[in-house]
Formats: sequence, C-alpha cells, structure tokens
Amino acid sequence: MTVALHIQNLTRRFNELVAVDNISFDINKGEIFGLLGPNGAGKTTTLSMLSTMLTPTSGSATVNGIDIGEDPDGVRRSIGIVFQDQSLDEELTAWENMDFHGRLYRIPAEMRKLRIMELLNLVELYDRRDDIVKTFSGGMRRRLEIARGLLHHPLVLFLDEPTLGLDPQTRNHLWNYIATLAREKGITIILTTHYMEEADRLCSRVAIIDHGKIIAIDTPERLKDGLGGDLVTIRSPDPSGVAAALNEPWIVKSETHNDDVVVSLKNADLYVSAIVTLLNNQKVPITSISIHKPTLEDVFLSFTGKTIREQEADHKETMRTYKKMMRH
Amino acid sequence: MDIIYTIWLRNMKRYIRSKSRIIGSISMPLFFLLFLGFGLNSVVQLPNMGGNYIVFLIPGMVAMSVMFTSVFSGIQVIWDKQFGFLKETLVAPVSRLEIMLGQTAGGATTAVIQGFLILVLSLFIGLKVSSVAGFFIALVFMVLIGISFTAFGIAIASRMDDMTGFQLIMNFVIFPIFGLSGALFPISSLPAWIAPIILLDPLTYGVEGIRYGLTGASQINPVVCFAVIGGFTLVMTVAGAYLFRKIAI
Repeated sequence: MTVALHIQNLTRRFNELVAVDNISFDINKGEIFGLLGPNGAGKTTTLSMLSTMLTPTSGSATVNGIDIGEDPDGVRRSIGIVFQDQSLDEELTAWENMDFHGRLYRIPAEMRKLRIMELLNLVELYDRRDDIVKTFSGGMRRRLEIARGLLHHPLVLFLDEPTLGLDPQTRNHLWNYIATLAREKGITIILTTHYMEEADRLCSRVAIIDHGKIIAIDTPERLKDGLGGDLVTIRSPDPSGVAAALNEPWIVKSETHNDDVVVSLKNADLYVSAIVTLLNNQKVPITSISIHKPTLEDVFLSFTGKTIREQEADHKETMRTYKKMMRH
Repeated sequence: MDIIYTIWLRNMKRYIRSKSRIIGSISMPLFFLLFLGFGLNSVVQLPNMGGNYIVFLIPGMVAMSVMFTSVFSGIQVIWDKQFGFLKETLVAPVSRLEIMLGQTAGGATTAVIQGFLILVLSLFIGLKVSSVAGFFIALVFMVLIGISFTAFGIAIASRMDDMTGFQLIMNFVIFPIFGLSGALFPISSLPAWIAPIILLDPLTYGVEGIRYGLTGASQINPVVCFAVIGGFTLVMTVAGAYLFRKIAI
C-alpha cells in the first residue's frame, strides 16, 4: 500500500491553546479516513494545516509526497476541499460555480466543459445547472461543493463535516455518494466528523481525536472489538455496588459513568439473567438494563471517560477562546 | 492573466444580475445632480466657468458615482469572507496578487460603467462633451479613480472582519474624501485655509481631470491631475495587494 499522507509530529498552537498536539500518522492511498472527535477537538485545524491554509507551529506533513511547507501550491493542486462552512457563490449558477473553479485550476475549456457535465450528472444536479445557487437546498449545495472539489481531479479529497446540518435522509444519500466516489475514482478521502455513525458507515479507518491528541487509530471494527464484545449498561442508584457485585470471569471489562455501569462481555444475551440474579443476590437495586452492540460512541466513551456530547459541552468554553484567537 | 480574467468575469456576472444595486448606485448621484443642480443653478454664480452650475456639477457626480461604486466593490471582499467564498479562491493554487488584481479589475469596471451611465444621463440635462478626445480623457480619469478606490476598498476589507465598521468608514473616510474633492464647488471660492486640505484629497485630481475632459476647463492643470491620481492608483494597488496577501482565513 502506498502512503497518500504522511503526518509527523504536527502541532498547532494558538497562544496558550494547543489545538493540535504532536500528532503523527499515515493515511494510505484509496482509504476513506475519518478524523473523529467532538467540536473543538482539533479536526478542522488539522485539515487546515494539511490543506496549507494554516502553517503548523511545528512538525511536518506530506500530501501525495509533497511537503506542505515546501510546496504549498503543489499540495493545493493535488487536493480538493469541501469546507465545513459553505463556500459557494450564491449569486452564480451551479454551472458558473463549477466553471469558476475549473478556470482557477487552469483546466482547458473543452476538458472543463466535459468534466463539469460528468460531475453534475454524478451528483444529480445537471438538470439544475443553470439555476442560481441561492435557490438550492442544503443537501444540493453540499453535493455541488463535493462535485466542485473533484473537478480538478484531486488525488486527495478533504471533507470537513460533510453532512453537518443536513437531515437524516440527505445524509444517507450523501454517504452513498462519498462511498461510490472512493470506490470508482480511487481517490483518498479524509473526512472529519463528530457523527460516530458517519465514521462507522463510511470510513475504512478512523482516528479518534480529543483535545488535539490522537487517542486511538484503527478500523472501526477493531476499535469496537477492542471493547471486548457486547455492552450491557446497568443503571442503578448504587453504581459502585453493581461494579463490585459483577466480578465474574466472563466479564471482560467494567466501567462506571455517572449512574451507569457498562460491562463488556461476549454473547451478552446469554448472560443477562445471570447478571440480574447476581445483583439480586447482593441486594443491589437495578433501575434499568440494556444490551447493545458496541458503536464508536462507546469506543470514544471508553477512551475519554466521557460521551462525545459531554465532551462538547466542555469544549464550548475552549472554543470561544479559540475562535477569538483565530481572528487574530 | 487568465486568473485575473476569471475573477473579473465573476464580478461582471454578479454585477449584471444585481439590478437593484445598479439602480441604487445611480440614483444617489443622479438625485444630487437634479436637486443640487437645478436647485442652485439660478442662485450660484460661478466666476470664470460660464456660470452654469449644473455643467460644473456633472463631472463631480460622475466622479462620485465611480468612487462610491468602486469603494463598495472593494469592500465586498468582506462579504466573500463572511459567506465563505473567499476560502474557495484562496485555497486554489493561484497567487493572492492575481486574485487581488482580478477583484480590482472587476470593481473598477463596474464603477466605470456606473460613471458612464451618469455621464450619458447628463447629456439630457445640459452636458455637451467638448470633443472626442475630451471624452477619452474623462474616461481615463474615471478608470484611474475606479482602480485606486477599489484597491482602497480591498485594503480596508482586508483589515475588517465584518460589515459593522462599514458605516464608520463611509461617514468618516469616504464621505469626507468626496466632500472635500471640489466635486460640489470650485476650489477657488473656498476660504484659503481649506484649500490645502482639498489639494491633499486625491479625488480632487480625479474630479478636475474629468472636468477638464468633459468641459474643457479645469482649475488644476490636467497633467498634474493625471500624475497625482496615477500615483495614487499605484500606491493604493500596492497597499491593497499587500494587505490582501495577509488575510488569514
């Protein structure tokens, strides 16, 4: 496997805040790689550095073998980006937005026309090509932006929160597009998301990032398997009592979060009655009990001790300072 | 060149589609021309200028519409920043200088078109262009005002994050530049202490240059006008390009 991106000790500080903290990893050619983490974890900052929009404080990275510090224009030519915030000209038509992009990347007129036609067909916007973007829905705009990002045939496509703010149906639709793209065009896709489900569905590998650090990196399957099987969540007014009572060899791991005790074990459905019996014998009260297959959400919880939502609440304050710093 | 053309093309497309903007920015100088012109025509006596205030005012209004349109076009970079479109341009493998020059070319073109519309409308209220050469002289000055003030707008926009400061710039920078330019009154009829301020105002030379082209008479030598406004255009373009280069997204 050839390496598409090589990231080494990449760090970015904004005054006191370390937004990205010494991260190193490789992304292989043709992968859909996910940067997963709560808002403010450093995903967008990482993407900005890799796309040469932001200079790293220290560390280095190569994209398609080109160093981001030495030849930023070379990097820019070989990548496509779909930003988190919309970046279309709403006063122009879909075709004109594409055409503008094609001219900026100096694609010759004939080829430009063909590619725009092909890509607008791909994202099913060809019939709306002469409509002003202002009249487009959020999902259509996103699709147009993805099409635009592919116009100059990038080897690497960055998608920053590609489905943020879209309804579930559109999101599903978009996921199919992205998966098809990676398969048919063979390009490397790097996407950031704070939707665990998105990473799970799309990505061949994910890096979980929190507070600017990579805390886990692997395929979604292996990350979930790492939790040790199925998860049983037992809610109780006495969580420490639950944890103490469940001390059996078939329990792989047990963690306490607030009122919940989450135990991992293989074939959980066979053991539910045993768990209930054990807790009843010890006179530990049970509020509720549930079994589920582990998701990336559980992986995140197990690595950080917090759910992604709790983590985001924590980040709000940090984000405020961060945004203030970004302005300077 | 192709990149500059691309950015220019985008500006033209947007301009042609914004009918309200076209009409909006013609209306102000047109109303000035009608109200001030006809209102004061009979009261104001201009020494050595044929005595016709409207004809005196027309070059000033042409300059005004070019200047206001171009500053506004330059400042539109802030919209692009806010609505995210600037990112799309900045992340492309093109130099910032090309982007800035394209933006300047686009802004200047729209501004000159706006000025030209005023000029054409003025033909109906008494303007008689002295000669074909004079018309082209006026056009050159309009182009220079257009370029310099679009670059000026871009320079301001590069330093601003949103439109909140726009009103301030409008009232304390743009309007004084216009008011002190001799667009509304002859320089010689002002108190002596104001004269140096007027001579410091770059737009004065633009107005006088257009006036020379359209009416054949001006209070400042047109060669001096050309040198000053030409130099100002150069300085503003360099300043605009420098500040635009430093925009961080």
